[in-house]
Amino acid sequence: MTFSPELEARFEKFLAKYPADRKRSALIPMLIYGQDEVGSVTDELVEEVAKRVGVKPLEVREVAGFYSMLHVGKPMGKHHVQVCTNISCMLVGGAELYDQACHKLGLGHKQVSADGFISLEEVECMGACSWAPAVQIGYDFYHQVTPAQLDKLLDGLKAGKNPDQITEVPKVNC
Amino acid sequence: MPYNQPHPLEVRVLTRRFGLPNSQSIDTYIANEGYQALEKATAMSQEEIINEVKASGLRGRGGAGFPTGMKWGFVPRNSPKPKYIVVNADESEPGTCKDRLLIEYDPHQLIEGIMIAGLAVGAQQGYIYIRGEFRYLIGVMDKAIDEAYARGVLGDNVLGKGIKFHLATHSGAGAYECGEESALLESFEGKRGNPRIRPPFPAVAGAYQCPTVLNNVETFCAVPTIILRGAKYFADLGSPKNGGTRLFCLSGHVNRPGVYELPMGFNLLRLINEVGGGVRNGKKLKAVIPGGSSCPVLKADECDLAMDFDTVAAAKSMLGSGGVVVMDEDTDIVKAALRIMRFYAHESCGWCIPCREGTTWLKKLLQRMDDGMGQRSDIVLIGDLSKNMLGRTFCPLGDAAAMPTIAFVEKFREEFEAKVAA
Repeated sequence: MTFSPELEARFEKFLAKYPADRKRSALIPMLIYGQDEVGSVTDELVEEVAKRVGVKPLEVREVAGFYSMLHVGKPMGKHHVQVCTNISCMLVGGAELYDQACHKLGLGHKQVSADGFISLEEVECMGACSWAPAVQIGYDFYHQVTPAQLDKLLDGLKAGKNPDQITEVPKVNC
Repeated sequence: MPYNQPHPLEVRVLTRRFGLPNSQSIDTYIANEGYQALEKATAMSQEEIINEVKASGLRGRGGAGFPTGMKWGFVPRNSPKPKYIVVNADESEPGTCKDRLLIEYDPHQLIEGIMIAGLAVGAQQGYIYIRGEFRYLIGVMDKAIDEAYARGVLGDNVLGKGIKFHLATHSGAGAYECGEESALLESFEGKRGNPRIRPPFPAVAGAYQCPTVLNNVETFCAVPTIILRGAKYFADLGSPKNGGTRLFCLSGHVNRPGVYELPMGFNLLRLINEVGGGVRNGKKLKAVIPGGSSCPVLKADECDLAMDFDTVAAAKSMLGSGGVVVMDEDTDIVKAALRIMRFYAHESCGWCIPCREGTTWLKKLLQRMDDGMGQRSDIVLIGDLSKNMLGRTFCPLGDAAAMPTIAFVEKFREEFEAKVAA
């Protein structure tokens, strides 16, 4: 399996971080960065990571199944919309935002649009409680999201835009 | 800039560099007392560093409130094995959002705290375990680490003193359970995030079964100030046996939610009413979760108390991780209890049966109650099930799910009964 030169360089760095006989520590970082490029934790990715960290593919699969951000065998959309409905967000309208997203996109929890461009997930606390309700698209954070802002974000995505092109609602992380 | 406006009542110690131009950069850090504590610590003995941290009254900011200096003292310094410093940046306790800011605005303060811990126990390698969702913070941290290497702060010759210390980030991939220290170590080693049985504790057998200091981001961030300004300065900021300040994450039904750095022992009602601007929309206060979702809820009339570990414990709750969730008079307590239980049922790793089955059945019972299909006996069953989970699991997740549920049922029983009647 071949990866982009950037990802290859990253993998090399990962493997160098840990003691020589502890390469397995790179397993989860490699899976998540690998997934970012490949789209999901595919059989090929599992085999490749297993080979590089020196464990059996089954052991990689066993680990991958544990982590909510790793999508084994089933890719999420290019833009993965995650709406937090945990307690702090729930108190200020997070659950309503999630319902709004379901209706607007015609998608449910962990479902992907037919063209593979957008997916939706109701997520647990993402660490933005004081700026609730919070939404993440991919790795980008949106804080104190209003229903109108969510509409703009979702309309933009449905029109085929990348989140960065939806300038009316900027992400908050640097 | 920080995500919320600072408040005049804040005592900004750990956050004192927030808002400075390029506060992430090593230049800003060095121009503002940065790495002076490390320089000072290189001239101190291991005992002196640990004693200073002990005397400061610093207690773990991740939730348990264990005295940090004592934790460091448990590391067998004559062990022939390599020693490690591991930072818990897996911030995921609902209600908590402070470590994010400490990394985003002042990553070098964290690096310095880690390095001082390294000196204290004789570790030469540190890892920062950052939750996968905080991808941008991994970028911030990696950049700061690169700067520190370039300036000779990290590396084989720290500050030109012939000391070795290396540091790297490590990405998680989504699991609340990995915020528990032994599960974090399993995950760090490339395994499922199941907890380990303790003892042995990480201080003796942590990362790769080697002696390991494992603390929360905020805990490490307090260390440079303690070394630089002295244990007494830090201890005097807080209340007895609760040194320093704390980053309180105010969320829910308040006018000015945000992260505020206040002295340990700051009054909870003042936090809500003065710092947070009171309950929003002129509503009355109903209840507060004082330290993240695992902490038993306090009723409005229980909230006139000092926010330190001991006072909140005496009120039968916990200061936890500093996540203060405010609920107004209109809040549906059954819905709140249900949402919190859905979370724990989702995050239970399944390793211990009382937690795996307990959270699942509690979720079903609470869902049935919220749907108006509950029976009167369910209220008793919810309480019983929760109490039977307490203390019967490897890690505190089972307790974390049970404790708030018990409090919700005991303190707001009438709301549960009303759902049955409806």
